[in-house]
Parts: sequence; structure tokens; C-alpha cells
Amino acid sequence: MTTTTGPAAVTGAVGSAHTRVEGVAKVTGAARYAAEVPFANLAHGWLVLSTVARGRIRSVEAEPVRRMPGVLDVLYYGNAPRVDAAYEGMMGRPDPTVAVFQTDEIPCAGWPVALIVAETSEQAREAAESLVVHYDKEPHDVDFFPGRPGSYTPDGDGMRVEKGDVEAELAASTHVVDAEYSTPEEHHNAMEPHAATARWDGGRLEVIDSNQGSTWIADELAKLFSLDPASVRVRSEHVGGAFGAKGLRVHQVLAVMAATVLDRPVRVVMTRRQVFSLVGYRSPTAQRVRLGAEPDGRLRAVDHEGLNLTSTVHEFVESSASFGRPMYAADAHRSVNRVVRLNVPTPTYMRAPGEAPGSFALESALDELAEKCGMDPIALRVRNEPEVGPVSGLPFGSRNLTACFEEGARRFGWAERDPRPGVRRDGRWLLGTGVASATFPVIVAPSTASATAEPDGTFTVRITASDIGTGARTALTLVAADALEVEPGRIRVHIADSDFGPATIAGGSMGTRSWGWAVRDAAIELREQLALGGDIPAQGLTVRSDTGAAIGALAQKERHSYGAQFAEAAVDVGTGEVRVRRMLGIYAAGRIINPLTARSQLVGGMTWGLSMALHEEAVRDQITGAHVGADLAGYHFAANADVPHIEADWVDDPDPDDPIGIKGIGEIGIVGAAAAIANAVWHATGVRHRHLPIRPDRVIQAGSPRA
Amino acid sequence: MKDFGYERVHDVSGAVALLGADPDARYLGGGTNLVDLMKTGVERPTRLVDVRELPLDSVESTEDGGLRIGATVTNSDLAAHPEVRRRYPALAQAVLAGASGQLRNMATVGGNLLQRTRCGYFTDVTKPCNKREPGSGCPAVEGEHHNHAILGATEHCVATHPSDMGVALAAFDAVIGYETAEGPGELPLADFYLPVGDTPHLETALPSGALITGVTLPPAPVAAASRYRKVRERASYAFAIGSIAAALDVRDGVVREVRLAYGAVASRPWRAHAAERALTGGPASAEAFAAAADAELAAASPLPRNGYKVTLLRNLTVAVLTELTEEAAR
Repeated sequence: MTTTTGPAAVTGAVGSAHTRVEGVAKVTGAARYAAEVPFANLAHGWLVLSTVARGRIRSVEAEPVRRMPGVLDVLYYGNAPRVDAAYEGMMGRPDPTVAVFQTDEIPCAGWPVALIVAETSEQAREAAESLVVHYDKEPHDVDFFPGRPGSYTPDGDGMRVEKGDVEAELAASTHVVDAEYSTPEEHHNAMEPHAATARWDGGRLEVIDSNQGSTWIADELAKLFSLDPASVRVRSEHVGGAFGAKGLRVHQVLAVMAATVLDRPVRVVMTRRQVFSLVGYRSPTAQRVRLGAEPDGRLRAVDHEGLNLTSTVHEFVESSASFGRPMYAADAHRSVNRVVRLNVPTPTYMRAPGEAPGSFALESALDELAEKCGMDPIALRVRNEPEVGPVSGLPFGSRNLTACFEEGARRFGWAERDPRPGVRRDGRWLLGTGVASATFPVIVAPSTASATAEPDGTFTVRITASDIGTGARTALTLVAADALEVEPGRIRVHIADSDFGPATIAGGSMGTRSWGWAVRDAAIELREQLALGGDIPAQGLTVRSDTGAAIGALAQKERHSYGAQFAEAAVDVGTGEVRVRRMLGIYAAGRIINPLTARSQLVGGMTWGLSMALHEEAVRDQITGAHVGADLAGYHFAANADVPHIEADWVDDPDPDDPIGIKGIGEIGIVGAAAAIANAVWHATGVRHRHLPIRPDRVIQAGSPRA
Repeated sequence: MKDFGYERVHDVSGAVALLGADPDARYLGGGTNLVDLMKTGVERPTRLVDVRELPLDSVESTEDGGLRIGATVTNSDLAAHPEVRRRYPALAQAVLAGASGQLRNMATVGGNLLQRTRCGYFTDVTKPCNKREPGSGCPAVEGEHHNHAILGATEHCVATHPSDMGVALAAFDAVIGYETAEGPGELPLADFYLPVGDTPHLETALPSGALITGVTLPPAPVAAASRYRKVRERASYAFAIGSIAAALDVRDGVVREVRLAYGAVASRPWRAHAAERALTGGPASAEAFAAAADAELAAASPLPRNGYKVTLLRNLTVAVLTELTEEAAR
């Protein structure tokens, strides 16, 4: 038959609210997650982690465990297949932690030491809990604090940036803020713990996984196991949250190892406690910010130093000090990221890596500067709006921070705010409001996609995208609909299968922008081909796209999303309780594809910012070097009762260099949210809280000097 | 995980007989704590004896004007009971301050009394803990203890009792009834939980294999004006970092009777007798409330990172007693 995209072009899908295309499948349980896909003859792996924080494995008493019911094998450094982690992947050199069971050395508590494989998950677990491992312990060091000896500034881009003479500008400033801030170790805790199943099928390795990019994971597994890339297929149809933690981790590697050794499908699922040790986390930070300003608030100097920790086996930098570089004009800028290596697991990307903790420090310091200058904190930020990148000198792609503040101030009722701290009371509660800026880089990476016109008049789009719960699958459906000029209901989007061809990851807020570009290109070309007329063959008519060249041709600019965060907090200084009463976030974050899911994502980020401000903190015991309370009873995040009315909205801000106008919204919701709350707590009580979370004990001990 | 047996019992004597025959068996109420402990390997029972269908699920008035609460009454039913709400409102408030709706629908009165501490060392079998493994040590003394005990603790254990309900029961002189193979018995709540001493693994005075059958609240007219306030690190679904159950009878500005108990400060719900003595017969003023709290908390020996609890409990005492005084005047 002959198909065109339709007699009358249908557009307008992009920008209108659509529920998730897989929503019914998810809420009815029909959608299968990685640990739920059935396999015949499936065996189950259970991890054993080290209980010592440094040393060597003297012996693994595998034999008694091998005789336990259902046990098929015990993998450990003494018998595990060899792998080679000395490769360069999509995200650079891998954390050598993925080269699991290759050595008897233990660099941290929670290091994987064995995998029990058994017929059932329960049998594997019982054997894992019975396995005796003898260690030769060595002294460990997990002590992180400001000014920590042994810290260093890493090599590499952006670790240390200087413009002008910070010391001279500070000396010449009328108002100076010099304060130290800290944020604790924080964990992603995706609702779905990591899980993978691996099997060999007709000479191909197949992995069912929960990840942020199946191209990425397939490529890493091929390199790690020295396999032909075409022989590895990774799928990740549904992902129950990721937040930066779902890259290559030991569970996929161990599933492949065990499936290879046993020649049958093997599934490895992490427990919640194991997730705390095995998938990365956000490093604690110790930051110092110095700001110098003229009496009118004009910044002379911005100086930001951030210290984070990493493991002894891999360098990961939580670049908190980099946050201010694209933000504020100043005669001098200096920002330095430092790191110290300790006996801890390697940290990793976690929602807004760098920007989340960095914005807490700098945006709190700006509030302190506004107080010193006797200025409104929004006016202070507007005064220091830059014309071009403050450090780079590059032009901005588009910059609408001031518009965010104007719209936010109007909706929040900011004009009526009394700037004095500690003067508003509602019963036992002191009330205050605060603001902060948000920003996140606009990134894009090459991707390929295909679009197929089917003989029945429908369309199929295939792209190795990953929907980590954001609604990416739905957003791509809308993008394809507008490009094909048809109703979204005529389009099926298949994602997360490495056989679809290379595509970038769901990370860096670049997924929808990068994949949307490729989907749009393929769909437009398909529409143009269909417009020429002709028959659709039985297998459909398919065109492919590759955005590599177009993205490579983009000019260098300061490309960022921006936002204005507003919060109202209530504080009982007698009991230390802090309750956020309302939050408002207004964003300039490019063209919004699906307002329904975009709002959810932004509100989710703001909620996490609230949680970061008041609750989240993983505690590491100095004596054992291990976590205490590494579960959702011990690691508190905001409960429903903590989450007040949160509103997120945006101003018009299409990106001029993106064919659809997208910038990306994945991370910016959390940025600045904790600072806005901390600033509101100051406005309520007159006390600055520079250390997160703002726990009741900290509020009680700080008291209220103005009460 | 370890295989275990499961049996549902329908009469008390049958339940007690099953436990007597198997020292590694455990009674299962709502399972809201025991099942978690089984998942983490802290408890590894051979057999679960499910007591939820025992005929112990009623709340009845006693002849003298008190209440008898069956051991299998759910937390939800207890908090919703009209007589509990009318005569012992702090008890209903305490129960509602705990856990979540789903958990309260499952959790029982008997199980609530016997729930274990949430100390992060106790719940993690890879770490030492004198309560779980006598003699292995207490890392919380030098380690993570910002929510540990300030009263009645020893170097052997600084864990707190997690119950909210128990704090209100302590204020109201509850008596715990139980059944053994030798017959029934009872223990006042004050004697139910053992002092920590050097045996933190021995938590209650219940005879081995005993089944809690109920809780009796003696008549307490003062309890009609009572309040429970709980402070925690988020707005719901967290254990207390400090809590208070208070009842106050104040007339013409003079305290005629007062009941005070603190939660999250000790290995058991902490009845504040010293504070009660300091207040009775004296003025109902913020200064007197603060002085009474100080009298109770003089015995506190906080650890390096939980001294804030002394201030918290003092502030809570003043705030809640002031509230009750103001309400009495209306």
C-alpha cells in the first residue's frame, strides 16, 4: 500500500501534556524490570562483601558452602575468569572496581569478595551468609574533614580555574564573606536496586539490565571481557530510577562471569544494603567560599574551594567549586576542586554532580553577602549578571536567569518580604523565606536512530535511549510525532536495546536533547521520502540518522539552563524541627517537550533538594570504616509529610542551537534548592546553617540569638 | 535465607506449649519488626508461632475504671478506640506518632512492647553488638550515637527503646499480663524492662517462653488531660530522637498531679519520677517545668554527640506542660 504521513499535517505534540506511553503497563505490573524477566534454567547469584575496610583476603572457605543445598558455584579471586579493565570506555577509564575478583586486596569495606551461585535466590543467600572469609586486616583511613592532609588538586580540565587577582580584589572589597560549608555523603537509592541477568545464546552474550545506556554497558562489557562488540547485546527496557548510579557495576560483570562459567543464565540482584557499597554515591564535600563586593553589591571576587573524597583505586571528583564559573560577573574568579583518597568505595555521578553541593555553598554565601550589603538577595544576583561567560569570555547560548527571578518573585510574593531575620512567628514556629539560583550545563552527544514507516500506516522508532523514569520514551514519541506530522498514537518508540545502534546515555541532562535530535532527523527524512510517494514494502520503509557531524559542528558557547529557587521554612528552635512550607522553582531550561513529565521531574529534583537540606546523610563509622544504618530505616530522606506544596514552572527559553530548542531538565531541579531552604532557615531564625543536613540537633545547639 | 517453620495457633495454652518445646521459636504478632530482623539475619528462628488469631484482640473497661488491652489488638485499633482516646489521649497520640498506617494495621500491642532497638550496630550482623552477641563490644559508645541513650545506659550498651506506645504506657503505670506453662503472671511496666547493666541482651523480665496476653491500665483521671509529643528527623516515619508523654491536673495555678515519661532517651520508656516529685504541689509555671526537667535530667550522662537531647527534653517538658496548663485554664 501507499502511505504518506497524512493528508493534513498534524503537529503540536511537543509542548502539550501527555501521560507516559508505558504508564498503564507500569501501574498494572505488566512492565517487567530487570529482575523480573523470566528465563528458563535461571541460576541466582548472591554477593558477599568484605567486612574489613583494608587488607587482604587470606582465604575463602568455599568448600563447606559448595556442599550446601542448591549451591552451584562459589566465585572469588581464586577462581574467577580474568578480565581486563585497562580500557577507555564512553565515559573514560572505568572504575577498576568493575574488574571484580581479580585480586586479594581489599581497599574498602563493602568490597565484593565472592559470589555464590545457586538454584534459588534463597539458597544463594543462605550460602552467602554462611561463607567464611578470613582477612589479614590492615589499618584503614576513612576520616574526611576540612583541610584534610593528603588532599590534592587533580590534573585535568576544570580542576583549577583562575581569572584576575582574587586576593587583591578581596583586599579592596568593602564587604567580604568568608565561610566554610559542608555536605555529607549522599546516596542515590533508586527505588529499583541494581539487577542484571546474563546468558549466552547462539554465541552472543545477552544481558537484561537496568541501566542508563545500553550502548554504554554493551561497549564496556565487550571491552572488559575482550569480546567482539557485535556479539554483545544489552537491553534495559524499564528502569526504576538511576540518578547517575546505573552504569557498569559489579552485578553485570558477575552475571556475565557466572553465566560463562556455568553455561546457563545467571541473575545477580543487589540488596538495598549492598547498593550502599557497590554503585557509587555522592562524596561528602568541605567547601570554603570567599566573596568580595562593593557597597552596591557588585562582586569583585568569587573564590570557591571544594574538597571531596575518592577511593584509593579510582579518582572521581565531585566538582563543587565549579558551580560559580558561568554564574556571576566578578573582577576575579578562582575555583579549585581538591580530592583526598581514602579507604572508601569510589563515589560517582549523582543528580547534578558538582552543582548540587556547590550551589549550596555559593548560593548560601551570596545570601550572607546580601545581608552584609543590606541588599535584597535577588537584587544582588541581578546586579552581577554577566554579559559573557565570566571566566571563559564566551557568549551565552541563551541566559534567562533574571526572567526566572522576576517570574518567581511575582508568584511567590517576594515583594512583601521583610528582610529582617527572626521576626515572624506562627505559634511555636519561626518563619522565613529564601532564594537561590540554579544552573546546569547544556550538553549533547552523538546518537543514532531509525524510523520505520509500517505498511499499516503506523511508525516505529528505534533508539538505544534509556527511560530511567523520566518519561524519555514519551518525549521521544512526541518529538517523532511532530517531525512526522502525525498523531503520537500512530508511533511506537522502542528503546534501550544496544542492537538498535549507538546512542548516548541518560545522564548529564542530555538524554532527551541528544536522542530527540537523532529521532527528529530520522523522522523528517522519512517524512520527506514518504512525500515522494511509492509503496511501503512489507518489512516497512526505514531511514537511519546519525547526529555526529551536526553536533561536531556546534560553535563553542556558554550553554546552560538556569533557575530561581524559592522556599519558605518554619523552624521550632526549641525542638530543632524544620518544616518547609512551600517551594517554587522557575526555570529557563529550553523548550519543554512534555509539560506533565517535565513538571514531575523538576518537582522531584526540588523534593530531593529539600531532602538534601534537611535529611540525607550516610554515616560512616571511623572504627570499622563501614556504614552504620545503610538501609532506608537508617538513611533518611524526605517522607511525604515533609514535602509541602511544591510548584515548578518555566519561562520561554528555546535553545537557539538545538533543532527542537531543548536544553535538558534532568538535574537542575535539585540545584540551589538546599541553599534556598538554608537561607529561609536563616531568615526565620537569624542563624546560618552551613552544614547539611540541617538536623534537629544542629538547630537545637545553634539556638536562636535573636529569639 | 534460613528455612523456618510456621504455625498459626488459636488458643493461648497451645501457643505457650509450642514455645516451651522449642527455645529457638518466636511468637509472631504483626511481624513488622521480627520479619525485618529475620531478613537482616539478626533473628534466625526455627519456627514462628503466629499469635494474631488468639482471642486477645479486645479493649475492655475494668471494674475500677481502667482499661484492659488485649495483646493482639492492632496499633491502629488501639489508637482509634473511643475509650483510649477519651481516657488516655496521650496513648492514642503516641501510637499514631509511630510507623505508618500500613504498619500500624499489622503491629500488635504485645509486639510493640517487645520490639528491638533500631541501633545501627544491632541491626547489622557484620558489626559487634553486646545486645546481639554478648561480649562482642559496643561500637556506638565511640561511634555513631547521635540518637542513643542519655539516661540509664552503661558502657555495655547505649541503645534506646524505640516504642512510642511504651512511653505513654509508662506514664500511666501500665501492667503487663503474660501466660506461661506454669500459669499466668503480671509485671508492672516499671519492672518489665530490665536495667542495662552488663547484660544488655537480657531485655525484659518475662519468663522464658512467656506470651504477653495484655496490658492493664489502672484508672487515672489525670490521663484525660494528656499529650504525647514526638520529635524526629523528618515529619513522619522515623523513630523519635526525643519524645514526651505528659498528663497534668492543675487547679488555681497549682500542680495537683502530674505524669511524665520520656522516650528515645534510654533502653526503656523513662518514667520521670524526679520531675513529677519536683512539680507536685508547686506552681504550674514555665520556670517550675524547666526546674523539674533539670531535676530529672541531672542524672543524664550524654555521649559526645547526643548532649542535645538534654536540651531537647527540657524544652519539650516546658512546651508540653505549658500547653496542658493553658488548656486547663480554658
